[in-house]
Amino acid sequence: MTPHSARRIAGGPAPGHPVLSIEGLNVCTAGGRNAATVLNDVSFTIDPGETVCVVGESGSGKSVSSLAVMGLLPPGELRVESGRILVNGVDMLTIGPAALRALRATEMAIVFQEPMTALNPVETVGFQIEEVLRLHTRLSRKARRERVLQMLESVHLPQPERVYRAYPHQLSGGQRQRIVIAMALILGPRLLIADEPTTALDVTTQKQILTLIRELQERHNTAVLFITHDFGVVSEIADRIVVMHHGRVVETGSRTDILSNPRQVYTRSLVTSVPSLVPAAPNPIQPDCILDVRKLGKIYAGRGVLKRVKALPAATDISFSLHRSEIAGIVGESGSGKSTVARCIAHLMPASEGAIVLDGTDIARKPVGTLGTARRHIQVVFQDPYRSLNPRMRIGESLIEGLTNFGETRQAALQKAGALLEVVGLAPEALQRYPHQFSGGQRQRICIARALALEPQVLIADEAVSALDVSVQAQVLRLLREIRERTGIAVLFITHDLRVAAQICDSIIVMHQGRIVESGSTRAVLTQPQAPYTQSLIAAAPGKHWDFQNLCPLPTAEPDYPHPIRSGLSTPDIPGVSHAQPITRRQP
Amino acid sequence: MKAIELRRTLRTSPVLCALLIMLAVCGIAVFAPLLATMDPLALDPTHRLSAPSATHWFGTDAFGRDAYSRVLHGARVSLVVGIGAAAIGIAVGLLIGLLVGYFPLFDAVVMRIMDGIMAIPGILLAIALISLSGAGLATVMVAIVVPEIPRVVRLVRGVILTVKSEPYVEAALSQGTRLPVLLWRHLVPSTLPPLIVQGTYIFASAILTEAILSFLGAGLPPETSSWGNIMAEGRMYFQLRPGLILYPGIFLSLTVLSVNIIGDAMRDALDPRLARRF
Repeated sequence: MTPHSARRIAGGPAPGHPVLSIEGLNVCTAGGRNAATVLNDVSFTIDPGETVCVVGESGSGKSVSSLAVMGLLPPGELRVESGRILVNGVDMLTIGPAALRALRATEMAIVFQEPMTALNPVETVGFQIEEVLRLHTRLSRKARRERVLQMLESVHLPQPERVYRAYPHQLSGGQRQRIVIAMALILGPRLLIADEPTTALDVTTQKQILTLIRELQERHNTAVLFITHDFGVVSEIADRIVVMHHGRVVETGSRTDILSNPRQVYTRSLVTSVPSLVPAAPNPIQPDCILDVRKLGKIYAGRGVLKRVKALPAATDISFSLHRSEIAGIVGESGSGKSTVARCIAHLMPASEGAIVLDGTDIARKPVGTLGTARRHIQVVFQDPYRSLNPRMRIGESLIEGLTNFGETRQAALQKAGALLEVVGLAPEALQRYPHQFSGGQRQRICIARALALEPQVLIADEAVSALDVSVQAQVLRLLREIRERTGIAVLFITHDLRVAAQICDSIIVMHQGRIVESGSTRAVLTQPQAPYTQSLIAAAPGKHWDFQNLCPLPTAEPDYPHPIRSGLSTPDIPGVSHAQPITRRQP
Repeated sequence: MKAIELRRTLRTSPVLCALLIMLAVCGIAVFAPLLATMDPLALDPTHRLSAPSATHWFGTDAFGRDAYSRVLHGARVSLVVGIGAAAIGIAVGLLIGLLVGYFPLFDAVVMRIMDGIMAIPGILLAIALISLSGAGLATVMVAIVVPEIPRVVRLVRGVILTVKSEPYVEAALSQGTRLPVLLWRHLVPSTLPPLIVQGTYIFASAILTEAILSFLGAGLPPETSSWGNIMAEGRMYFQLRPGLILYPGIFLSLTVLSVNIIGDAMRDALDPRLARRF
């Protein structure tokens, strides 16, 4: 008897019975005597057809709980100490590996964050989806193929026959995630666990995937355990919310309860640190222009000796100017060329055409060696705080590197570095420590200190807060604003997150496929977008109907608040968004 | 964390044995003149091919030289060749690897040359070099080091290509760090762990290659007390005095085995990902 038919005979739980119920789950590291607790007495339930969002910052244990349900805790590293995990009344912790294997895909399925690594790159996606059927059913080859094609159609992939034969790399990020979802749902499991399934995707794609999950959920009455850090997404899809912090459940409640009336201090601080989409009061723009970018272009030359590879324009005709103490944002999805522009301006790669005028001199074509002081006037803060500091060097050494390069003595430079650490809110003792002794937010502060050490005129923040939790993000944004006020530095803020841009930027440049599609003051661009692409970008921003700071819905012209995703079952394709363009990773 | 890993790996018994053997071989090499009972080059025609005895512990060879003293001095030759080859190979390989890894322009050309060198069998190259410029320590070293260089270059190049795009390297660039400093401060340190491991392998294979070359008569001058030479000369009298091949052979195998064990242990300690896989 296949597990599939077994379930049908069992008939599933009675209505009103929870599909998943976690009771007093304790998970700790397998470290013998010095085992650390990872999950502490976690309990919650999910009913059929319900979407429960587990939210929390990194390290809160939200992913560990989902892996525990699937029986996927890394062996030898984490183990369940006590508690029960009931899926349809069966305790996952006692049934043994063979029974657990049979239940995966038939009763419960999981969708991970990164669809590229979740798929096998050397098999066609059709083969991979079919594998689920081969393992769990006794369908004939023909019936299996039929079923897969049907599934591909129900996740709205165009030309299922073609997709069936495609390899993962031939599909875009959103298409790949659809495949993973198809694979997860093909046997109609009662429980779908989605672990940050849209975090690696662009907002417009994210919206489509969320809609798809909701649609399939309604069709099969699936219970969805949705793990995310993004309150925008939560506000759109959740029926109930579980807030986790340091391995404990802080608060559980309905969506409206948590978002408009959080009882715990932690929940309140978490919800209110979500940046608002409503633009902050703009800073008056100063007249003196510091950086003037004129018709900048970057073409990645075609490489290859034997066959001609087409040259790829990554940025075309980029012109804008940056004024003293202005924070200008460049927003766009992955592949829009925003990072390319930043790297050209920072002289990390040569521009192909156009001019970058800093203080009256064009630095676009200068060889690196002759940059001189222009180099110190443009500094960069990178996205990944874990990789932007040399792990082998003490913080002090990293901070004084630039200063000593420009002729300062070690002693004087160290003194300055200590003072800078205080500016960014760290103790000067940090100079003696190594990067791994700091958290992500602290490291980003150190990176900002390093950039400021050279007293630059322009600071380029390339997705500088994207890797940080919302509360830390808010602190770093505040720090950037303070520094701007104190030093009059101009900041070029590159981000894919409209919320962050709305809060920090005075003006915004929207980029799409290597071109500027719209630019203007933040207020103008976000409240009255002119270009269709900007409009679609804003329309796709999750949680735009909720005012997180004031814990209430935003008054909007569109009366579709109750469930934006639910009400719009099939979002039309967004104009100007090419689905053929594969998205393999986030902007570096 | 790495230090703990290193200590844990080094504590297993094969590694401890290997370390002890290496320590002994090094001791022998350093104190060879003190430990040897006679001059390894002194001929004694009256006592040719004598059996092991109280005066000649390993017996004597066809010229009446004391085999025991020659084997001890052979450790000196082997260690000098091994350490020398490893040091030179790594230094040259690191330099080329840095240039090739950092400048894509060099990459295409230099790597093809490296591929060319890799295609030539090492022993053949050695024999050719020696027949061109005569036997001697310098020639043997060149002959041993040259075939090893492409491997080191590839290793360094790989590391540089990965580390070069790390944000901390770009950050250093935008801080105005000049290229030589950048290479030395940010790129070279990450190549060191794999290079140390590679060094031990070069060390072991150099000792072996020197012995092979000397055994074939294409290595060091025959009077030099190298393990290969001793075995080459003992080959003819194997049935009469097997010790002439056996003793240097045992020293050679134990040394090479120990170096390899230590190299594996270091690889496991410095790159835990590989350790788990094998």
